[in-house]
Amino acid sequence: MFDYHEYFRSEMMPHMWCKGCGNGIVLKALLRAIHRLGLSKDRIAMVSGIGCSSRLTGYVDCNTLHTTHGRPLAFATGLKLARPELTVIVITGDGDGLAIGGNHLIHTARRNIDLTCLLFNNQIYGMTGGQLAPTTPEALFSTTTPYGNIEPNFDACRLVQAAGGTFVARGTVYRAIPLEKLIAEGIQHKGFSFVEILTTCPEIHGRRNKLGTPAEMLQALAKTTLPTGVIHQASGPEYTEAYDGIIAKAQGRT
Amino acid sequence: MRASVGLMQGNEACARGAIVAGCRFYAGYPITPSSEIAEELARLLPQVGGKFIQMEDEIGAMGACIGASLGGVKSMTATSGPGFSLKQENLGYAIYTEVPCVVVNVMRGGPSTGLPTSPAQSDVMQARWGTHGDHPMIALAPASVREVHDCTIRAFNLAERLRTPVILLYDEVIGHMREKVELTDPSQVAIVERPKPTCPPEVYLPYKAGEDDVPPFVRFGEGYRYHVTGLAHDERGFPTQNPRVVEAHQRRLHRKVERHRDEIAAYETFMLEDAEVAVFAYGITARSARAAVRTARSEGLRAGLLRPISLWPFLDLEVGKLAQQVKAIVVAEMNLGQMIYEVERAAQGRARVAAYQKASGEPIHPEEILAALQEVR
Repeated sequence: MFDYHEYFRSEMMPHMWCKGCGNGIVLKALLRAIHRLGLSKDRIAMVSGIGCSSRLTGYVDCNTLHTTHGRPLAFATGLKLARPELTVIVITGDGDGLAIGGNHLIHTARRNIDLTCLLFNNQIYGMTGGQLAPTTPEALFSTTTPYGNIEPNFDACRLVQAAGGTFVARGTVYRAIPLEKLIAEGIQHKGFSFVEILTTCPEIHGRRNKLGTPAEMLQALAKTTLPTGVIHQASGPEYTEAYDGIIAKAQGRT
Repeated sequence: MRASVGLMQGNEACARGAIVAGCRFYAGYPITPSSEIAEELARLLPQVGGKFIQMEDEIGAMGACIGASLGGVKSMTATSGPGFSLKQENLGYAIYTEVPCVVVNVMRGGPSTGLPTSPAQSDVMQARWGTHGDHPMIALAPASVREVHDCTIRAFNLAERLRTPVILLYDEVIGHMREKVELTDPSQVAIVERPKPTCPPEVYLPYKAGEDDVPPFVRFGEGYRYHVTGLAHDERGFPTQNPRVVEAHQRRLHRKVERHRDEIAAYETFMLEDAEVAVFAYGITARSARAAVRTARSEGLRAGLLRPISLWPFLDLEVGKLAQQVKAIVVAEMNLGQMIYEVERAAQGRARVAAYQKASGEPIHPEEILAALQEVR
């Protein structure tokens, strides 16, 4: 039996996620992936932004950095350049990573720096009370679209692939074991890896839109028409390694 | 690098000073009139095994600096007014989470895009209060190419020593001006490293400070696993809303800078000993003020100059003392009134405080300051 407590900060429990929230499933899948890869807690850094999903970093017993809204990829880029030997995992949400932090996402993908970015997509700004996200489906309601959403939404995976990400995958909290495998593959991938995770927000998003019980919302994820699994994988020069080449050149060693 | 004599630009001196101070990471975004700092460090950093990255925006550059500093590397970014506005949120993050770094703002005319290639001194209050919330601030304002070099080193030393960002503020003239400078042999320069914990990881509290109010710092990945957050946090680094803990933390952050005020304070006086009128001026304006004081003296007016090199924390004591001595203080600055309010506050009515202000994008000339001195005599 896998002991999650080996990786939890027990003093931070209970967590602040609502009952029925899918984020806990992602947290557990992530911890199992870390365990599966045999990574030392001392050598993992987790960097997050602002929002429900970004609170994850507080719960994990490793080097954790809870940054400003939308900026975790920028902080993580600096940290990774300073310490390439650390495994750096970025936790972000659909608002954090695709709206306010969208610019950092596309440029981090373009650089192909060896970070693993897990983007929790719950289709809503949960922490601030249920406002429109760039992932909220058309016609759904939020506190800032009281007459229904008229904006088309982002396909995060296509965005990251187009920007140059070399590992792009999508998983759901309905399928926790495949999700764990995708996260592990993402961490193992050399270069920028991106896993969009479709998760559920029954409390803030589901109730307003009559999306059913937490269990029904999970079951609905099973029927997603979006592609899941590894969507794109390529190889290319990794940024910190490429920069080592710059150092060698500047020092006249090449 | 050895002690060198040469013709050098202010921004170039800043980059060289950073290397001497031990800076090994720079993240930036192009902006006039600071870009030469980035260009120079893009060349110099990899030569010494350091790293340079041009980020996608100013916000990301500030974030990357903080990330690299948590990785244990001395870090810097440089910008100008519009970019400085964008850095403010993450600057506040670095203050609150006590991550050392240096932020350079080469001041140009504003507001908004303003005058990208002209000097101004209109970001001195933004430096103090630009980020939201209560916070202490350290800012240095060099007035020559040589002083840019030395202040850059000092900015790193203060940042590391006190675990806080330090701002280096100078105007476009200082940034772009070329002067003949003689730089100190780097081996003779005192370099400060951030305070490290002496305790084992099990008992390490990342935000528990010793008597000097500065908590010991350990970089990520050394077995001291801890949490860093911009939320109000306790000594363990975990979020808290406990009013007692929040208040105590806020007060410690302020105390940390206040109690080291004398260590931070730097200024130069010129012909102040017997002065009856004085100029308060910083940066390029102080150089015009010096010429004005000389001319005033030759015309029989006993004038003098107080030139702050550290702008924040403000030199209350020094200005208060000056106000007791002189009849009037002329505050000359390239803005429509910023530091003058601090001077008035510190003078407490003991001397007349007069303004000479200019916001045209042109430096203030010595004869303008001379005229202002003659008016208050």
